[in-house]
Amino acid sequence: MKRSYYASPYAVWMVMFTVVPLLFVVYFAFTGRDGAFTLDNFEKFCRPMYVSALLLSLKLAFFCTVICLLVGYPAAKFLASRDFSRRQSFVVLFLLPMWMNCLLRTYAWVSILEDTGIINTVLEWLGLPRVQMVGTEGAVLLGMVYNFLPFMVLPIYTVLKKLDHRVIEAAEDLGANPVRVFFRVTLPLSMPGVVSGVTMVFMPAATTFAISRLLGSGMFWLMGDLIDYQFREISMASGQNFGSALSLIMMVLIILSIGLLRRFDPKGEGGGMW
Amino acid sequence: MVQDMRLIELKGISKSFDGTEALSSVDLYIRKCEFITLLGPSGCGKTTMLRIIGGFEFPTTGQVLFEGQDITNVPPYRRRVNTVFQKYALFPHMNVFDNVAFGLTLKEAGELVPESRRARNFVDAWILKLQHRRALKKEIATRVNRMLRLVKMNGYEKRSVDSLSGGQQQRIAIARALINEPEVLLLDEPLGALDLKLRREMQLELKAMQQKLGITFIYVTHDQEEALTMSDTVVVMNNGRIQQIGDPKSIYDEPKNAFVADFIGESNIFDARMIRDYRVAFCGREFECVDAGFGEDQPVDVVVRPEDWALGEAGKGALDGVVESTIFKGVHYEMMIRLDSGEVCKAHSTVMENVGSRVSLSVVPFNIHIMKKMAAEPPSGEAMEA
Repeated sequence: MKRSYYASPYAVWMVMFTVVPLLFVVYFAFTGRDGAFTLDNFEKFCRPMYVSALLLSLKLAFFCTVICLLVGYPAAKFLASRDFSRRQSFVVLFLLPMWMNCLLRTYAWVSILEDTGIINTVLEWLGLPRVQMVGTEGAVLLGMVYNFLPFMVLPIYTVLKKLDHRVIEAAEDLGANPVRVFFRVTLPLSMPGVVSGVTMVFMPAATTFAISRLLGSGMFWLMGDLIDYQFREISMASGQNFGSALSLIMMVLIILSIGLLRRFDPKGEGGGMW
Repeated sequence: MVQDMRLIELKGISKSFDGTEALSSVDLYIRKCEFITLLGPSGCGKTTMLRIIGGFEFPTTGQVLFEGQDITNVPPYRRRVNTVFQKYALFPHMNVFDNVAFGLTLKEAGELVPESRRARNFVDAWILKLQHRRALKKEIATRVNRMLRLVKMNGYEKRSVDSLSGGQQQRIAIARALINEPEVLLLDEPLGALDLKLRREMQLELKAMQQKLGITFIYVTHDQEEALTMSDTVVVMNNGRIQQIGDPKSIYDEPKNAFVADFIGESNIFDARMIRDYRVAFCGREFECVDAGFGEDQPVDVVVRPEDWALGEAGKGALDGVVESTIFKGVHYEMMIRLDSGEVCKAHSTVMENVGSRVSLSVVPFNIHIMKKMAAEPPSGEAMEA
């Protein structure tokens, strides 16, 4: 018996829950309410309102990814450093928020940032004017960074921890000062982790809807919100057709961006799961 | 060839890792152009010593001097030594050429190719810069190729390091370390991962390379044969202490204590009693010897190398015994012989004696090596090698 037979349960699973639903999405995206083939859904997407939602989503996801990378890489480097003895407990501290529900974490930020929230209460108590924070792009971005940061830290941390320390020593030995060691050896060798982290942050950030709704107080429509709206509010109308089209567009964009990213990690060493 | 000039000096170096002492007050100096080997069992502190010279560990106490200057706390990238690492530690994300060129690319551009002349205006400056960059690229390529030829790896420039065999990776690691023209090359068990034949070849090549380049090699190994083959000076270490320093011949012929005798080559070590000068008793018999100055009626250790025994007919030699086992070793037979006095000793002979037959053993006075009794310590290091 061939080993590949063992994979058959998974194959059945994937056909039922991945391939078939995907076909449904494609089908709905290219049909109207009456079930006839049409490109109306895509045409509808080209309206400025939807395009700007897409651009805003991509913009926020991009900045979120950049900030996560800038904050997450040093954190991962610090956690993976050899002479750091309390490493385990710090890694757990980094992971702890991940075990809590994403909505709960976002609500927590709302109560910190809102007009009658903790920060504004403190400001008022100090006699300073209130600052409106909820409903700004910054608040949405903050919520996204807070929620997705662990997804950046973990893959980079894993790669850095596995890094052969002798290779670093070899670079030092050949005359590289710490800055050069980092840019010529450590960073290139940790690219698989960076690629993995970037994908794992960018994808959920581009399609998020809860964070933008709560922290944006409905001011910002991102792609996730649009798709959610199509299915939730107007599902009886042509919502599911247009929603499917939006999902499909998002999917294609994400596949393209991952394809671009793969160039930096051709061997798929950073887990290669995406 | 070896000048009496102290290039590196270690003064009272001690190093502990979490309370475990890896080196205890080691003093050593290394001369220019010397091939010096740190030899000892694993955990004896030899690698730690090399890492202290390389700058990867800092000693707990003591000083490292380089040409008389204190470099104890100088980081590795500012030391004029380069290292060939155990298991090579090549950069996996670079090809062979980039690995070897790495050291050069870190240097100031002007250091490799001097600026030809001053720029007259900014267009001229731009042209000069381009020219300089091209000259630099050419210079790096020339030097890398020279190095690759030296280690016989020319033609492999574009290969990825993963695709090379162990011996080839070894050569690249050597080329990479030599490209900066260091004063001292540190080698940390560089041949450990190679098979025996390749190892022998590389030993000779390394020695030839060292003589050709005229730089100091500090070589770490646990292989005594390797140490004897290549070195000008052998430093035998155990338990974080230096046991003996000397040239290979004196280490082999006149081991200072039983540890050295046991570790270098094969040997029979007997409990003995120095009766008076030139007279020693062991295995129930008195022997004439060439050593003096141990005092009268003092306990000592006696070492006889297996190849120094002369086998003969029973009753016609100094000691009689029964052959317990015989192993063919290629050039000679190795026999374990139980002496009538109870000791078992090892003897080499080109003539085979059958198991169970009675033989006699004799040894000439010159081959009886007498050493002070060692302080009680385990024969090999128990501590982990750092």
